[in-house]
Amino acid sequence: MTAILDPRAAAEAFSATAPAAALSATELAAVRADFPLLRRTARGGRPLVYLDSAATSQKPEVVIDAELDFYTQRNAAVHRGAHTLAEEATDAFESARAEVAAFVGVDADEIVWTANATAGTNLLAYAMSNASVGRGGAAAQRFAVGPGDEIVVTEAEHHANLVPWQELCARTGATLRWVGLADDGRVRTEELATVVTDRTRVLAFAHVSNVTGAVADVAAFVRQAREVGALTVLDACQSVPHLPVDLHALGVDFAVFSGHKMYGPTGVGALYGRRELLEALPPVTTGGSMVEVVTMESATYAPPPQRFEAGSQMVAQAVGMGAAARYLGDLGMAAVADHEARMTRLLLAAVAATPGVRLIGPAEATDRLAVVSFVVEGVHAHDVGQVLDDAGVAVRVGHHCAQPLHRRFGIAATARASAGVYTTAEEIAVFAAVLAQVRPFFGLAGDGR
Amino acid sequence: MSGSAMEQLYQQLIIDHAKAPHGKGLAADYDAESFQVNPTCGDEVRLRVHLAGADQPIVQRVSWDGQGCSISQASISVMSELVTGQPVAVAEALSEDFRALMHNRGEAMDEAVEDRLGDATAFTGVGRYPARIKCALLGWMALRDALVQAGASTEDR
Repeated sequence: MTAILDPRAAAEAFSATAPAAALSATELAAVRADFPLLRRTARGGRPLVYLDSAATSQKPEVVIDAELDFYTQRNAAVHRGAHTLAEEATDAFESARAEVAAFVGVDADEIVWTANATAGTNLLAYAMSNASVGRGGAAAQRFAVGPGDEIVVTEAEHHANLVPWQELCARTGATLRWVGLADDGRVRTEELATVVTDRTRVLAFAHVSNVTGAVADVAAFVRQAREVGALTVLDACQSVPHLPVDLHALGVDFAVFSGHKMYGPTGVGALYGRRELLEALPPVTTGGSMVEVVTMESATYAPPPQRFEAGSQMVAQAVGMGAAARYLGDLGMAAVADHEARMTRLLLAAVAATPGVRLIGPAEATDRLAVVSFVVEGVHAHDVGQVLDDAGVAVRVGHHCAQPLHRRFGIAATARASAGVYTTAEEIAVFAAVLAQVRPFFGLAGDGR
Repeated sequence: MSGSAMEQLYQQLIIDHAKAPHGKGLAADYDAESFQVNPTCGDEVRLRVHLAGADQPIVQRVSWDGQGCSISQASISVMSELVTGQPVAVAEALSEDFRALMHNRGEAMDEAVEDRLGDATAFTGVGRYPARIKCALLGWMALRDALVQAGASTEDR
């Protein structure tokens, strides 16, 4: 085994030649100061290099404070009761909805709170199931699917935007089809023309792959879906925290995203639906808070979004997600995206410069985000992650909930480094220095041969 | 990076076994087979046992195929060496010893257990990394399951 170098010393050799980022050094330092967790150290007291924001992001103080403030100042049941606290709690809950909606360019009543993005795709798939057995009446028939109908996804999908559609097909007799990937990991958009047909009822796809970082050509998907009258469902988990996203402008019918990946709390996410679609969609989870009139025999349902929010909601978390949207809005998503584009170039350069490391995803920085997955030849991803962790560098290892994508590339697992708004060039230099030590540590040639 | 912490985890014996694993390659002749996966990382092993002797059966051969990290691959390899030729009851006792080692937070076991585990004590450091314990146990889970499948397990008697 080869002795391991001090990554900080080795990092000095790594030069960042990218153009100036939109966040100045002072602004970036201020952003980092907003995140209390970034002050802690990693294993062995080493400085933490957190490159796992695609799995979950750290939380700024304003988000933590928003939850604390809700519990210490405003906590009450929302949408019921007429006392002061109930009014203030309801106002905080609905203001958060409006803030999240505005952040993604839609109206407040088009945002449904969900437990996470997975709950969002499941809500949709089960609502379509309900429509398929006649629930929701004639208006909901536009969501009904059955034998002969097709649901189209891509081979790059996170399991959260694949398995619910597999299950919908299994329940209704519809058929699942998918668009394949090119060797650089990008969706073969040109296949849309043949895979999407007049049998297609749903076209569900990720805005940004959580493995390859590739940004989908949303306009091409939407155009193809509209041509055949299919509904579009956008998994926006990896885009909303990192890019300016305007769902109305993108023209998708539905979208899901989560709070915890956009610097907000866990346990909350959002489902966007175009107003006229949500109005026609039958409910899934039923019970309190989502009804109008209930008799012993039956019930009528509230308009959206309440129709889809049965039972007590994750109020404090929703308020925290609203604070996260405000935080990002105040930073300015153009500045955030510009900063992270620089991190993308640095991460790609680090992987390209390391012998024996194979990138899984596009090598060029255009139309891709700072989600960089790779294979170290001869070393399993778990072992790669362990060596990085020993130097304080946190990356994700495994299949990242995208087994079909990994199978497409003939691999079981990758290591994935992903940046956030607080990531620095110095951190990526540490990552690069340690990555170069991985193969030598396992007795493999450092030059990749 | 602390070379020492990494070298304590990745003992030379582990790296050597991962590179040239023992028992890898499925045998055509076997009594029972188990397929185990670690869903968090996609590691998998298919393990076959061939037993001999009716009354107190002996593990005559362990063969396996799979993919995974160096910890999982080396652990299956060392396990194959350890249990081959041992009575089923002894193999199962070793499995218990190894499980106890994994939950010992990286500390050494008492001398009698260490003697029984032999080369498998090289995995002591894994106990310090909770996320890796499953990797080291993957093969042992497959062995235990295969012995149950073969109807040879002594555990429920």
